[in-house]
Amino acid sequence: MNKTIVIVGGGPAGLEAAAALGSSPHHVLILEKEHNTGGKLKNWHHLFPNFADASEILKSLEKSLPLNNSEIKYDCDVFKMEQMDGNLLVSLKSGEKIKADAVLLATGFDLFDAYKKEEYGHGIYKNVITSSELEGMFVNNSFPDQLKDGLPKKIAMVHCVGSRDKKAGNMHCSKLCCITGVKQAIELRKYLSKSSVYNFYMDLRMYGQHFEELYQEAQEDYGVNFIRGRVSEIAEISDGKLQVKAEDTLSGRPMKMIFDLVVLLIGMTPATSAASIAQSLALPKSGSGFLAPVHQHISANETCIPGLFLAGTCREPLSLQESITDARAAALKIIEWLKLKDNH
Amino acid sequence: MEQEGKKRIWSEYQKEIADDHYFYVRSCIRQTFFPGSETTFLKILRDDLSRDVFEDARHTTCTGIGYHTDIVPFETIMTIAARHFALMTEAGYVNFVPSCVTSFGIYTEILDTWKHFPEMEAKARDYLWTATRREFKIPDNLSHTSDIIYRFRNELAELSGHRLVNKNDGKPLKVVEHIGCHYAKMFPKCGVGGAEFPAVLSGMVEAWGGEVIDYPERRHCCGFGFRQYLIKANRGYSLSNSKKKFESMQPYQPDFIVANCPGCAMFLDRWQYTIAEMEGITYDKSGKGIPVLTYEELAGLIMGYDPWVMGMQMHQISVEPLLDKIGIVYNKKDKYLGSKGQYIGVPQPPHFLLQ
Repeated sequence: MNKTIVIVGGGPAGLEAAAALGSSPHHVLILEKEHNTGGKLKNWHHLFPNFADASEILKSLEKSLPLNNSEIKYDCDVFKMEQMDGNLLVSLKSGEKIKADAVLLATGFDLFDAYKKEEYGHGIYKNVITSSELEGMFVNNSFPDQLKDGLPKKIAMVHCVGSRDKKAGNMHCSKLCCITGVKQAIELRKYLSKSSVYNFYMDLRMYGQHFEELYQEAQEDYGVNFIRGRVSEIAEISDGKLQVKAEDTLSGRPMKMIFDLVVLLIGMTPATSAASIAQSLALPKSGSGFLAPVHQHISANETCIPGLFLAGTCREPLSLQESITDARAAALKIIEWLKLKDNH
Repeated sequence: MEQEGKKRIWSEYQKEIADDHYFYVRSCIRQTFFPGSETTFLKILRDDLSRDVFEDARHTTCTGIGYHTDIVPFETIMTIAARHFALMTEAGYVNFVPSCVTSFGIYTEILDTWKHFPEMEAKARDYLWTATRREFKIPDNLSHTSDIIYRFRNELAELSGHRLVNKNDGKPLKVVEHIGCHYAKMFPKCGVGGAEFPAVLSGMVEAWGGEVIDYPERRHCCGFGFRQYLIKANRGYSLSNSKKKFESMQPYQPDFIVANCPGCAMFLDRWQYTIAEMEGITYDKSGKGIPVLTYEELAGLIMGYDPWVMGMQMHQISVEPLLDKIGIVYNKKDKYLGSKGQYIGVPQPPHFLLQ
């Protein structure tokens, strides 16, 4: 018997889960809050560690969507869910209600709002930007004129902005910013060949395949500098350049340097769009505020609500590769659940 | 610099500042450093703004300097604060207004401690009762005196006869605003505008027509730092902090500095003399130094108060160049006359700073 599976979120995890469910006889409905699919991937230029073109990957994900049993609804803001007779009733802000046999939450993540780290002056000093804004500059080739005048530039990259930071309200490690900082430092060296790039870090967590190699490559082939120390404050000087204060913890000395551009490596935070859904179902959250599965190790895609599943970065920071794998796992769990439901 | 970004931050740090009926507590050191500032505050509040301000002569030091130099233990300073709250309670007031930023930081810290550790409040009440048989209520509102002037900045702008504009070229005066570390760095929510981009002094300067300079070492401590200054061998640390600030603000050529902390105003003023004597350096084009004002003096000037009645002859850096820029009329002969017209003596001129 055909069932209805609702996927909330048309980012990489939502798209991949829909593709994986393509072979099932069920109807898959993706509810996307924006005008188009792709989530934050569509604003990204190249991906670590191999500089794959993000737009090509997105095209590939969108192409994999099965035409026979899937449907996408755009501009759908899901705000509430209820359990009803063994199903889930999904309420949209438009007033529409959709009955689902199973729901997959693939609501993704929000980026940390860098202005909360007031001492870095994002939103106040025009040459302090976020890693996400830098990707946008790569995508649109929209670097500020003062960086393109052919003269040598000094660029700072500040790691862990809003991550592993109790004062910022985030104790968790966003885990992907380290390698993003390395990747973007290399891209900056390629794009602005006369530039020198300095990464300020607490420690570098090169956990993934080829991450460590890329870190070595950044130093040996691209001359990227790494300084172990957190930045304490940034201030603008008269010509728009930025004064950065930090401590070099290896030499044990405070330092003050002048830069043309500072890039804040902002991490993942729980998606605000999932908050009202979680509240309506009293869905538990992890300590860091991401949606909590039934069991982190053996049931990472299942929730305490029958028929409700999680995939991708709504439950923890994940790379694109991990999100896609996670989405496939979630799809399998949904198919298993619907079979069990039929048998009862 | 994007002003909208600053406004976004300021919007999150809008503290409540009482409108009237203040229990005012003076500073130990301000009356020596800047002798007319506190009187000016009272005059502005009482005479110009018709507000009720009460003082109790039994008020003592908060012992903040002793506390920050590890001489006075927390239990002692907490009990002294409790006594001051008891004086406020006995007088029938609920709005506590300290004149000193160190004291403001002390009271903020104690109230926050009591909020999170009620047993500490109970201990303070017990100590106070044992020692004095007094009881107290927690203030409804704790505001620093600079908060109060900030609150009435627009009213004062309407009442004032002067603007912070250079009368020679019509341009806004360039102002360095320096906030005492203990105003908001410990408890950003307790300061207007927070700790990183405080608005308490910049709000006054802008309301009165001046232009605030955002120089790189704006956030840096003046160097007072209690132990840095009080232990003679450490004074080089204190001086080097101020020097770092002067060097950072120098390219912007500020017309004056305004501060809301007794130590900051004192050291930013006096260390300019010291640096000039030691190295022959001044940080303004004229060689006269950058005048340093308290916010009460600044408010008094725009309100047309006599600079010598406000005690501005006690400054190390002469304020006359600033008075001339604003267009304030003053009598040169009166500079060294006391409140009863008596001659108070002329200080020996420095070797390098021009007068």
